[in-house]
Amino acid sequence: MTALNELTLAEARDKLAAREISATELTRAHIDAIEKARALNAYIAETPDHAITMARQSDERIARGEAGPLEGLPLGVKDLYATNGAHTQACSRILEGFKPVYESTVTANLWRDGAVMLGKLNMDEFAMGSSNETSCYGPVASPWLPPGWSQEQARAAGAGDKKGLLVPGGSSGGSAAAVAAHLCLGATASDTGGSIRQPAAFTGTVGIKPTYGRCSRWGMVAFASSLDQAGPIARTVRDCAIMLRSMAGYDPKDATCVDMPTPDYEKALGASLKGRRIGIPKEYRVDGMSEEIDALWRKGIDFMRDAGAEIVDISLPHTKYALPAYYIVAPAEASSNLARYDGVRYGLREQGRDIVEMYEKTRAKGFGPEVRRRVLIGTYVLSAGYYDAYYVRAQKIRTLIRRDFETAFHAGVDAILTPATPSAAFGIGEKTSADPVEMYLNDVFTVTVNMAGLPGLAVPGGLSRDGLPLGLQLIGRPFDEETLFSAAHVIEQSAGRVQLPASWWA
Amino acid sequence: MSVDQATVRRIAHLARIAVKDEDVPHLQGELNAILAFVEELNSVDVSDVEPMTSVVPMQMKMRRDEVTDHAGAQAVVANAPLHEDSFFTVPKVVE
Repeated sequence: MTALNELTLAEARDKLAAREISATELTRAHIDAIEKARALNAYIAETPDHAITMARQSDERIARGEAGPLEGLPLGVKDLYATNGAHTQACSRILEGFKPVYESTVTANLWRDGAVMLGKLNMDEFAMGSSNETSCYGPVASPWLPPGWSQEQARAAGAGDKKGLLVPGGSSGGSAAAVAAHLCLGATASDTGGSIRQPAAFTGTVGIKPTYGRCSRWGMVAFASSLDQAGPIARTVRDCAIMLRSMAGYDPKDATCVDMPTPDYEKALGASLKGRRIGIPKEYRVDGMSEEIDALWRKGIDFMRDAGAEIVDISLPHTKYALPAYYIVAPAEASSNLARYDGVRYGLREQGRDIVEMYEKTRAKGFGPEVRRRVLIGTYVLSAGYYDAYYVRAQKIRTLIRRDFETAFHAGVDAILTPATPSAAFGIGEKTSADPVEMYLNDVFTVTVNMAGLPGLAVPGGLSRDGLPLGLQLIGRPFDEETLFSAAHVIEQSAGRVQLPASWWA
Repeated sequence: MSVDQATVRRIAHLARIAVKDEDVPHLQGELNAILAFVEELNSVDVSDVEPMTSVVPMQMKMRRDEVTDHAGAQAVVANAPLHEDSFFTVPKVVE
């Protein structure tokens, strides 16, 4: 029999409904797995007592016939969601000791529907990073073994500085690693430039960033408000569909959250692609694209064609400007959002001779190097005399990027297929050159989607020559996540479910 | 465009982040690497293009001007590093 923590979320749901298992035993199986997997550093705060209490309540509701859609399903929560009374730091020192007195809307929706919280998951500090190496709690190790490594070698590295083990991607690295290592049935994540899709691709899991406005941002630690969006990472397309339905929905507390009904995304699975048009953007065939990424993409195109979809070549001419424009918009909004960390209302405080010195010392100690870098860039591009040259110009380029997509959709394209990342996962400590741009290039295929506010989904498409997972990305029309789930389900069925790595960490 | 060391110090002060002298040169290098990366945006013709101000075109909703879920002053100061009663305390700011 499959270990309880290795069930998919949908399987666990069905077994709970059939009373074959209890929420309490399902939760205990996860708590045991988490305790044995501390070498991965995926969870930075475990809440086992809280989880058992929630699971017992779920069992009672199931017994009374009052089960919610996620009743008794144990989930992990990215550390940037405010969870009432529980550790919430966005993995930054500046929020040291912060315990919110409120619950984020997205997590409140999950608990409303009966889900169980296992703990808080590691992430890049303030979601700024693509490898989960900027966390103040140290890097997360991917459960995937580096090519050629033995289990003993990995265990030794896991017990030490983790160098050489693979990154799970970022910023939702803890979420992706926990899902891939069976430390939860699914996890909340968030995506500002690729932070759901890139880690999903690196770990052989599925992740969706819904349309901007689909999920409430209330109670999520803000990074770049016009780009941030919540979404799930899970092991199957179906599991993501189930989770997103609960996470999404109108919330008057977020003025950018749209007031429209949330579809039952699970119903989109199995829908035929016959006659649907899938766009293939030529600009994503970037210089120096590796043969295996190209081969993955061609394979994805074949999956779509075999399922009856019509393949259409399209052009998104402003693609190459998306990443540079992002590195103006995101730091600018971050510098504004992070101004609130002043040592007065919450978190870390360093003493100073006067209030300005207190601010400066607090923020110098509390922010890590990547966050500091982005706050400085953001402050510069918003400073007097540069606002129009940088920020306004970048926002104009955003309009052009969105127009590219609109043109393709008006021409009848239903969804767009691209690779999710330019490569498979790299090693911890491998990309630490003096040039921060090298790391930024990880998001080259995902960032356009945030700039245009569109939904994007990453689904495993196959393995690299070294046996590491590679992901395909589907991009959809605004609020048409359903087509993404339908098409991703076809890819999942055609490529076959990823064989996740066996435990070397326990 | 690129920044010199005086500008790095000025930005750091605007951002209220103390920067040590020995950190200035490598910060300058990193910031200039990013600024060089975004340079190519200058080659795009953006005349007659409106800046994007809203990701999803929608009417902003109005709400009643009333207290909603205010949890009380003690909850507001619960996470403060220093507070007295329901006040945040900071170093003296008026002479």
